[in-house]
Amino acid sequence: MSETTVGGIAGRMPKFIRRADPAVLTAFACIVLLLFVGSLYSRSFLSPEYLLQQLKVASFLGIIATGMMLVILLGQIDLSVPWSVAAGAMMACAAAAYGPVGVALAIPFGIFCGVAIGIVNGVGVAYLRIPSMIITLATNAVAQGLMVVYTGGFSPQDSATRAMRYLATGFAIPGVPNAVVIWALIGAAMVFVLTRTGFGRTVYGIGNRERAAYLSGIDTRRVVLIAFAVSGGLSAFGGVLLAGYASKAAQSMGDAYLLPSIAAVVLGGTSILGGRGSYLGTVAGVILITLLQSILSVMQMPEAGRQIIYGVVIVAMLLLYGRAPASR
Amino acid sequence: MKDWRYWLAEQRGTLLAFGIFIVMFTIYTSNHPAGFTANVVQTASNKGVLLAFVAMAQTLVVITAGIDLSVGMIFLLTNCLASWLVIGTGIETALGVVAVLGTGLLCGAINGAIVIYGRLQPIVTTIATGAVYFGIALLLRPFPGGSVNEDLADALTGRLFGVVPASLVALLAVVLVVWVPFSRSVLGRAAYAAGSSEMAAYMSGVPIRRGKFAAYALAGLLAAIGGLFLTFFTYTGEAAYASGNAYTLFSIAAVVLGGVSLFGGKGSAIGAIFGALAFRTIGDLLFVFDFDPLWQPLFQGVILLIAVSLGAFALFRVRNRLEWFL
Repeated sequence: MSETTVGGIAGRMPKFIRRADPAVLTAFACIVLLLFVGSLYSRSFLSPEYLLQQLKVASFLGIIATGMMLVILLGQIDLSVPWSVAAGAMMACAAAAYGPVGVALAIPFGIFCGVAIGIVNGVGVAYLRIPSMIITLATNAVAQGLMVVYTGGFSPQDSATRAMRYLATGFAIPGVPNAVVIWALIGAAMVFVLTRTGFGRTVYGIGNRERAAYLSGIDTRRVVLIAFAVSGGLSAFGGVLLAGYASKAAQSMGDAYLLPSIAAVVLGGTSILGGRGSYLGTVAGVILITLLQSILSVMQMPEAGRQIIYGVVIVAMLLLYGRAPASR
Repeated sequence: MKDWRYWLAEQRGTLLAFGIFIVMFTIYTSNHPAGFTANVVQTASNKGVLLAFVAMAQTLVVITAGIDLSVGMIFLLTNCLASWLVIGTGIETALGVVAVLGTGLLCGAINGAIVIYGRLQPIVTTIATGAVYFGIALLLRPFPGGSVNEDLADALTGRLFGVVPASLVALLAVVLVVWVPFSRSVLGRAAYAAGSSEMAAYMSGVPIRRGKFAAYALAGLLAAIGGLFLTFFTYTGEAAYASGNAYTLFSIAAVVLGGVSLFGGKGSAIGAIFGALAFRTIGDLLFVFDFDPLWQPLFQGVILLIAVSLGAFALFRVRNRLEWFL
């Protein structure tokens, strides 16, 4: 944290500007820029309906990115997102096929499957000390294998329950989609955990230096395990909501969320090495990515161009403010 | 200690991978309905060589304590490019091959430049550049198609003297031309040193930047050779996202099976090649035992999970608990 006394002009600035992370400010500036570019392209880009629709689409990514952020803050990464999302969606829909009890338990069961994947990741990373990148790729492959065996290689026929559809597309508060409300609740909980609880401080501590955190008497392995379980659960919950949004699960529905969720977290100023980053930045990153996707699709950019622009934008923005210090 | 013991300790991972491969391949051929014939070996080697090239590419980067999650996408991109360019008369085909290999080298060099001179993390960088490479591949081949010089393709996928699979000979040639000179050069030593301890290597005046850059660039080249061979086997180019991802994933599995340390500085591409061949053979075991092919992704995933968990045995040798945290 840069809370040292700043003299000169910066010292007279309001406190919230002085304390703001330059990366978060850059991300918000880019959002404004994107909105400006979009409004030049189409008049309806700044209408409240359109912006609310974007926020709703963003909330799925936001929920998944929340879990990803927790793991990245530890200095790890979760590459099992694609099939955690798909497994959550498929298992929730599958549970719905087993009568009224299944319908009632559909959402918890989907989340439970994600948590299970996360626990395998967490045990591998925390207790077996396998690099997170590798073990999460492996569990992703196993989850994919399980789902392929379960569905027989086709998209499952079971459809989402009414509760799932209501959570994803309904309006409990008039004018505000439920998905946005859920994202706000999860986000608020995450902010509380990260800034006001011992667990949150531990997460930052481990991200900075796990050895030091361990020597301070923290059971770092348990914290890592919990973080991965939460990440898996949130990914699966994102999948459950997506299944509610599309009213069914699909084979590769999670593939489109791995790169964006990492990009959103990293673009929001969270260090990929861990220990540094704020949830506000992740929110900015999620909105930034969603707006970028939306503008590209409004411009009717084909998939190929989208992928290229996406990769280039991420590398360019990281080169602006995500660089490691030079070795000297 | 005698010299040969040092050699044995250094090559332990490679020898283990070689052993696993021999055992698996024996099980495979002895249960194959056709048995140990030239045809069976040819098919198996053609499939295995593809992964072997990509695994070699991954090894080069992993040795520097990095990771390249874009190898699969470079593999796809060069496959799509080759389906346009490697065609026509001898000269045209040769130029096409050079262009394809050059593209791979360029992709690897871009990765290296961003990671080393841009100082970004290899994971994020290669995920992002992988998206770019996949996008370009999709631009080149929105739909599967294209063609390739079939004489060249048949020559490189057939058999020499009716017995030896030509693809294995090509693999050996690439090892002799790319891997052996690199690993014995100053740059190769620098790549190993950077992976082992970047700080110590820097302090000793080892050219770590050039070494790492060479490793990334050559990884692109090796992935391109793999892409070229994919074109020779399939005669077409196809930008299939799932296939690119699978090759990236399997390359990591092959590297781990081949005794290359993911923390860098340890292992060799030879080990990764045997790791790749062993991984392919294990995956194909299901077929000779008549399992439903639906089980193959799960089976391969479990193998991968077991392979990466094997590294955990090193924890038993840790005397000081602080060594858990690298």
